[in-house]
Amino acid sequence: MLELRSITAGYTRNAPVVRDVSLTLAPGASVGLLGPSGCGKSTLARVAALLHRPEAGSVLLDGEPVRRWRHSAPRDQRTAFGVVFQQARLSADPRLPLTGLIAEPLRATGRAREIPGRIAELAPAVGLTPDLLTRRPHEVSDGQLQRACLARALVLRPRVLVCDEMTAMLDASTAAALVAAVEDYRAATGAALLAVGHDRTLLRRWCDRTVHWDELT
Amino acid sequence: MTCDAPAPAASPAESAWRSHGPGRRSTRALRVRTSAVLVAATVLAVLLVPPLVQLDQQAVDLAAKLEPPSLRHPFGTDDVGRDLLLRCVYGLRVSLLVGVAAAVTATVVGTAVGAAAGALGGWVDRALMRVVDTFSSVPHLLLGIFVVAMFRPGVWPVVISVALTHWLSTARIVRAEVLSLRSRPYIDAAVSGGASRWRVAVRHLLPAVLPQAALAAVLMVPHAMWHESALSFLGLGLPTHTASLGTLIQTARGSLLAGQWWPTLFPGLFLIVPTLAIAGLAGAWRERLHPRHRSELML
Repeated sequence: MLELRSITAGYTRNAPVVRDVSLTLAPGASVGLLGPSGCGKSTLARVAALLHRPEAGSVLLDGEPVRRWRHSAPRDQRTAFGVVFQQARLSADPRLPLTGLIAEPLRATGRAREIPGRIAELAPAVGLTPDLLTRRPHEVSDGQLQRACLARALVLRPRVLVCDEMTAMLDASTAAALVAAVEDYRAATGAALLAVGHDRTLLRRWCDRTVHWDELT
Repeated sequence: MTCDAPAPAASPAESAWRSHGPGRRSTRALRVRTSAVLVAATVLAVLLVPPLVQLDQQAVDLAAKLEPPSLRHPFGTDDVGRDLLLRCVYGLRVSLLVGVAAAVTATVVGTAVGAAAGALGGWVDRALMRVVDTFSSVPHLLLGIFVVAMFRPGVWPVVISVALTHWLSTARIVRAEVLSLRSRPYIDAAVSGGASRWRVAVRHLLPAVLPQAALAAVLMVPHAMWHESALSFLGLGLPTHTASLGTLIQTARGSLLAGQWWPTLFPGLFLIVPTLAIAGLAGAWRERLHPRHRSELML
């Protein structure tokens, strides 16, 4: 259960991007957050994933108030979230091959022994062939890279998935494949989903509930 | 049938394009090749000549003092009859050692400070950058003189002096790079994936800034060599019996006034040519690393 209560957040003092926004995500639920560009959806998604400290308001994860953000947040709270960003190119370390990219959270949390097993499970689930896994980000397409980023988000088996315009820069077939991979994961684990975007049709078909930004403020 | 029509004159746009074209590229390639050959010759000379040539660079021969260049002494002799070619090679060895050691030390310190300031942010960033500003506000030769004055003359005080006054630019470059990288989504993904601050710095940030830091180090080598020579020329660097390019020029400046040009010319050339060659190679590397910078330079 993830609760965002009266969140106010931004990047400069006295000029918040998000003002007094509340949102609740029940276990296993999927919420689509619609809104125009620049309204603050991504900032709210970053607050929800504990990547951005809000100026006011509170975040509750399974009833426990979150007191610290980013590195300062306890590791089990941080890794409860799997985040997929809009621009795969910017969200992949350019030095790491796709295997390294997907395995990085396992290495960071001291679970390197699970790498071969998890890669073998996730690569076919997101549609990555073995020859792609050895390539570096500049050697694959945006769609292939976004598949690897989704696999990275799923590798620690998060309880909440935050997809920030995950399919915005992809063709329809890749978008459909990624959405299917997310739904397969949710069906298997019961994870909740916060999908941010401006494609009303996609979010309505994908999520149990869609909310427009204006309804939150 | 022949065509006698004159070739159309190149438009200003074409001329501008040609100045970036093959001629320009071949000049650059020649510069890089020449620099590479000179740097290789310098490194081979300082590494191989002292062990292979069993001659004493300190051997005094008062009967042959201030001899002009000849077959026996290609660079002539100094005011106590020592062979200047041998002294120049030994001097270059010391100057290059000081330059490389100071550049590496300055780069390590600058990278550590810049990475800590950029990665940690907040009060750590503000405090470290004020330290950088404080060091920058003092003329660095003056600060270098202050540092060497605290120690007995020797190689390592000069290395420390040059390093302590030259880490500031590297710290600023690395901090700026880390600040720009820190806001990238792949760092957010690493944080979300459970990476500690240390892991983010070592695994994601430092490898990304290393090419910049290495370039800064190479660009610093010639500068550090000149700094060592300046300190030694002022009598504050290496002791006069240790051959460095600075001490050679310093001890020879009296003979220059008496009309003997060789004791200052050859150490001067040994300082200028290798430092220009290193700077030429570093410049070519920078052009490869920052193509946009190259195009700005060509305008």
